[in-house]
Parts: sequence; structure tokens; C-alpha cells
Amino acid sequence: MAEGFFPLEVRGLGVTLGGHAAIVNAELAIDGSKRVVVLGANGAGKSVLLRLLHGLIAPTAGTILWAGATERPRAQAMVFQRPVMLRRGAAANVEYALHVNGVHGEEGRRRAAEAIERVGLAHLAERQARVLSGGEQQRLALARAWALRPRLIFLDEPTSSLDPAAATEVERIVGEIHAAGTAIVMTTHNLGFARRMADEVVFLHQGRIAEQTPAETLFHSPRSAEAAQFLKGELPWNGSPRTSPG
Amino acid sequence: MSDIPASLAHALRLVTGGDPALWGIVALSLQVSVASALFACALGLPLGGLVAACRFPGRRGVIVLLNALLGLPSVVVGLVVYLLLSRAGPLGELGILFTPAAIVVAQSILVLPVVAALARQFVEDAWDEYREQLTSLGVSAVRAVPTLLWDLRYSLLTVVMLGFGRAASEVGAVMIVGGNIDGVTRVMTTAIALETSKGDLPLALGLGVVLITVVLALNAAAYALREWSARRHG
Repeated sequence: MAEGFFPLEVRGLGVTLGGHAAIVNAELAIDGSKRVVVLGANGAGKSVLLRLLHGLIAPTAGTILWAGATERPRAQAMVFQRPVMLRRGAAANVEYALHVNGVHGEEGRRRAAEAIERVGLAHLAERQARVLSGGEQQRLALARAWALRPRLIFLDEPTSSLDPAAATEVERIVGEIHAAGTAIVMTTHNLGFARRMADEVVFLHQGRIAEQTPAETLFHSPRSAEAAQFLKGELPWNGSPRTSPG
Repeated sequence: MSDIPASLAHALRLVTGGDPALWGIVALSLQVSVASALFACALGLPLGGLVAACRFPGRRGVIVLLNALLGLPSVVVGLVVYLLLSRAGPLGELGILFTPAAIVVAQSILVLPVVAALARQFVEDAWDEYREQLTSLGVSAVRAVPTLLWDLRYSLLTVVMLGFGRAASEVGAVMIVGGNIDGVTRVMTTAIALETSKGDLPLALGLGVVLITVVLALNAAAYALREWSARRHG
């Protein structure tokens, strides 16, 4: 690969949005080999962190390094909680993404068809994208991201608004994308999703990274008090960790 | 007042009977109004889209100007175009004053702000929804404009129809730059004004019926197309 990518390192990263410190002094290192889940309560700053890494928001402090360089490599994609589809067919949406990234004509059609096939939507390729169900649209969004052949895909709460069956299918596809060699960084507040999908967890609390640890460790012996309380369902969404009674 | 039913009946006979004078005026009106709407849309849709999606110094001023121009007095536009196209004016050499081309110029100037201001509003709303997704795909704001305009094409038909309606209903500027010359620059609106002042109500009413029918039919078609699009595209 021509452009440097991993390790992805975050140093002293911060951003203030609307006067509120959404991310504070974040330190992070991602080597690309593991499925990383950014876990935290609602409002913890998970989506903001992902947008910072993907370049959709400019940080107000700190640096993001891609293999030691500050220039963000292009071979990355993002799938949003509610993906936006253009008013055209499912396949045409994927072809559009390829077209704006320099893949045109027959090659674009071939790659779009291949990606749609891999997410199990071949039978809906000509259907208008916006009339697909939420789960189908999310799979189409994964196909659109995957077709670009990125080295890294960011997934922002990819199953939050889906029913269990659709969520299971999305999880299967994410696993397949990772197995095919694409790095995955995703956010969730759902412990079940995190347990199933994470190799490594970045636990975020009120804009601060409380810990970055292997999933096994986090779920059995979390290092931070915030993560421990979150796992027990006791972490107030807008407060400090509770002190033990007595 | 008792003349009105008789005049209306006469008007309907003129319309249904294929009166050549009436239909000649109708044809010219449609030609200049369609041409004006097309010119205004060709400039106004991208302009509105760019103002909506791009951030640049003075953007707010441009938005205020576009909105202010919605209320552009048509006779003033007619006067300015007249001065520009008159023999002594800077564009006098074109020799198009008192021709349909002059009417197209004046109407295009009047329709342009309508199209640009409304397109800006449509595109800005859509850009709020699309921005992150398109930016993530590597699409710049400028490059997003044609994508947004195409994606909003059925909604923007309303804007095109409004533009056409504005052009087709124009009187003052058309009278000044066209001169209301019979068989050359006489369009429906100027003919209605003239015939009414002469007391020839049947022709004026006949033209009025056609004008309203055309505008209603086009808007109905645009509405039907939008509804179809909403069902098909979601």
C-alpha cells in the first residue's frame, strides 16, 4: 500500500463544540489488526471521536497521526447510524461512491455488484435505495463503504436503530469485512454488541478516554471505575462515578 | 356587467375555435416564458446550490441580496434593460430592443432571483442531511452541488414552475422592452392589458383563460410528478 496508515495514534486530542468540551485530551493507539469498539454511555463523545478520526470535525487540540504522519489517508470510509442514501437505485448509490473516488464505468458497476452481492442485497440492486428497510439500508451502506476497498472503516452505532435480525446480519457482515482484512473501529453503547464484536475496547466517559484495553479484560476486570460502573449499569449518563455506599 | 357572460362565451369560442390571433399570442408567450425560465434555471439553480453548500466571505450578504431581489420591481427592471438595449445603451449594438429576445432578457432577470433564492433553501435543507455522508465519500461542497440538484430534481420542479409562472405573468417589464407590437412582441399579459383598455373583453378574457389554464396545468403536472417521485424514491 502506497500510503502510510497504521498505527493510528491520537495524542492529546480535544475538541470543543458549542462551548462544550466534547473530547478532552484523548490518547489512543490503534494498530489495525483488532476490531476496536469505542464504548460509552449516550453523550460520552463516541460519535464525536469517530468524526474527529475520520476528519469530519477538526480538532481544537492535539494531533492524529497515521503511521507517524498528520495527513489523513483517503483509504477509509465511514458508516453512519442512519446512512444517507441518494434518490437512486441501490447499486447506483454504490456506483456513485466509486465514481467520486475515481472508479468509473464497467469497473465501477462490477465492483458495486460485487459489494452488494457480499452483503446479500443482490436481489434488491435495482430497488430505490430510500425505500429499502432500515436494515437493508445499513447493509447497503456497508456495501458502499466496502466497495471503496478501504483499509479502515469507521462504524458509528451501526446497529442501534435496527431490529435484532437486521442487527445480527449487520454484525455478520462487519465480521466478514474485518476477516477480509479491513480494520474496523466502531462505536456503541450496547454491551451485548460490544461483547460480541470487540477485540479491544476504548471506554469513553464524558469526553475522556477512561481506558483502552482488550475486550476480555474490560468485561472481566475493568481498570477504570467508570467502566466498572457502566458494566454494572450504574454509571449515571451525566455524572461522576458513584461512590460505594457504606 | 351584463356583458361579462357574453364576453366569456365569446372568449371560449375564440379559444376552442382556434382563433389564429389568439393562438399566435399564446405561442409567443409560451416561447419567451419557457426560454426565460430555462435561462434563469440554468444560472439560478447552480447559483442557489453553491450559495447553499459553500462557505465563503460575504455569503450572508449574497443570501440577503437574493432574498431582497425577490421583490425586484419589474418596471424598474424593464427600464434598466431598456436603457441597456436602447440604441444609445451599452448593448444597443445587439439591436434586440422591441424583439422577443429583449423580453427573454428582462424576464430572465426577474426570474433568476426567484429560482436562486428558492433553490438555495431547498439545497441548504438537503445539505444539512447529506453533508457528512458526502464529505465522508470525499465529495467537496462544490462537487456536491450537482449531486444535490439531481437528487432534488423533482422538488426543484416547483421552483422551475414558479419561475415559469413569474415569467408568464409579467407585464410591466415586457411592455417596456417589448413594446407590445402586434405579431412581434405581443404576449398574453400585454395583450390582455391592451384589449381590456380598448374594451375588447372577449379576447382579453380568452387570453386570461388560456394563461390560467397553462399555469394550472403545468403546476398540476409538476405536483403529480413530485408525488410519483416521493412514492418511487422515498
